[in-house]
Amino acid sequence: MTSWFTYLGLPFGLAWFVATLIDILVIALPLMLAVAMVIYVDRKIWAAMALRRGPNVVGPLGLLQSFADGLKVFLQETIIPSGANKTLFLLGPIITFTVALIVWAVVPFQFGVVLANINVGLLYVLAASSLGVYGIILAGWASNSKYPFYSAIRAAAQMVSYEVSIGFVLISIVLWTGSFNMTDIVEHQKGHVLGIFNFYALNPLLFPMAVVFFISSLAETQRAPFDLTEAESELVAGYQTEYSSMAFALFWLGEYGNVLLMSALNATLFWGGYLPPLDIPILYWIPGIIWLLLKISFGFFLFSWVKATVPRYRYDQLMRLGWKIFLPLSLLFVFLVSGYLMLTRVGVPA
Amino acid sequence: MIQLLAFYLFAAVVCVSGALTILSRNPVHSVLWLILAFFNAAGLMVLANAEFIAMLLVIVYVGAVAVLFLFVVMMLNIDFAELRAGVMKYAAVGFALAIALVAEILIAVGAYSAGTLQLGRRIAPIDTKVPNIEAIGQLLYSRYLFVFEGAGLVLLVAMIGAIVLTLRPRTDVKPQKISRQVQRRAKDATRNVNQPVGQGVEL
Repeated sequence: MTSWFTYLGLPFGLAWFVATLIDILVIALPLMLAVAMVIYVDRKIWAAMALRRGPNVVGPLGLLQSFADGLKVFLQETIIPSGANKTLFLLGPIITFTVALIVWAVVPFQFGVVLANINVGLLYVLAASSLGVYGIILAGWASNSKYPFYSAIRAAAQMVSYEVSIGFVLISIVLWTGSFNMTDIVEHQKGHVLGIFNFYALNPLLFPMAVVFFISSLAETQRAPFDLTEAESELVAGYQTEYSSMAFALFWLGEYGNVLLMSALNATLFWGGYLPPLDIPILYWIPGIIWLLLKISFGFFLFSWVKATVPRYRYDQLMRLGWKIFLPLSLLFVFLVSGYLMLTRVGVPA
Repeated sequence: MIQLLAFYLFAAVVCVSGALTILSRNPVHSVLWLILAFFNAAGLMVLANAEFIAMLLVIVYVGAVAVLFLFVVMMLNIDFAELRAGVMKYAAVGFALAIALVAEILIAVGAYSAGTLQLGRRIAPIDTKVPNIEAIGQLLYSRYLFVFEGAGLVLLVAMIGAIVLTLRPRTDVKPQKISRQVQRRAKDATRNVNQPVGQGVEL
């Protein structure tokens, strides 16, 4: 698009700036809409599994429920507790929401259709997702209230723990691909298994990593069964307790934005991203973004499914799973993957 | 032009937030300013074409180290009056340190303007077409392999040391043994009794 703006007579720098701004909006605005719809879908799936109807009043089939909720929240009064640290209190939800959006910059939607096709794409994902914890810590601390503070401390410990195993999972992927670039990772999955399946996940050495990554992404996004940060039986609403109005809505948007993002990362890293599931020419006629959206939707369905079926973990069980099971397992697979690659690719440049 | 603007922006924010780290009264604010400084330092690294280092800076320092700092500082119960009481006692030491640092900076600038040492050229010039990560990997795993592994060994020893220092075997608690819990079957734990009416069950 930059070339189009330079064609219109803008100098290159300005054209690049305008084009990038438009690209960002083209990604962010549908994403916001998707988050609104996904909240509805989440509630519907949850209701269906509990044999209820779910939201069905506002609009046809209740489709406008999220927008009604949004409007309601928008019109509410913003209450800031008098003992709160005002700046940090408001900064918390803003950070959560921003971090949920910025990672989309490196997610490839089709071959060459990515906002920032950088060499260190996967590291950028890790770096940006490690920022997510600050939104919650700040919210919990700035609220100046006991339950949010407990919640913030739980969140910090939980996210740092699971980031470790996520890091090792990503290392296996990088070893196999030989690149940190997200588009390279997707392209490398073309016909990866038996020459026909476009998945890393069906590779026997990477399948356990796909499972570990999925479960760790549940923990990273603080979804059930790892939603100890907002365990209502213990902590009221966790770090969101003191929030109201738009600040509260930003937390919600950020949370579901993160869930969508994690679904997208699962799809991109293990399930072939924008590639069709099978390496058959006719399937490539359907544009890649549709395949990606289908995979993201399926990933989101898994998130909702888990939320509706699995009971919440106890905190020590959560830590045990992260440190005593996932960490050694993912470390073992880093060894296995690199051993296998050394055996088969000696002297072959990646 | 835009690089220059970005450089001055990042550099200014690093300096200001660095200053505010030591000036702010509340230690939590200090840590947050420190995080901002790390973040903008990463921006400077990106400008210097060292995107790998930039990402590592964010992942390691912002994502892990600073979280732990924040964690500890948030739980501290700090008495500000007591802090301020010590200021005059340590003022002389602080002043001496400040003078030493200023002198060092002056010497460094003076020596630099007299002509640089050729320290930066000791490594073969970097091929700009090779991505950062590959360039670093090639150096680390060939030329500096033993140093690299030595560093890994030092870290391992440090880790073991930390574990040994904090490990205290406790005999007064009953820990959970997950494997035994999983092995347990319903028939080991329960029994069916056909109890006559009006009699209690013997346990």
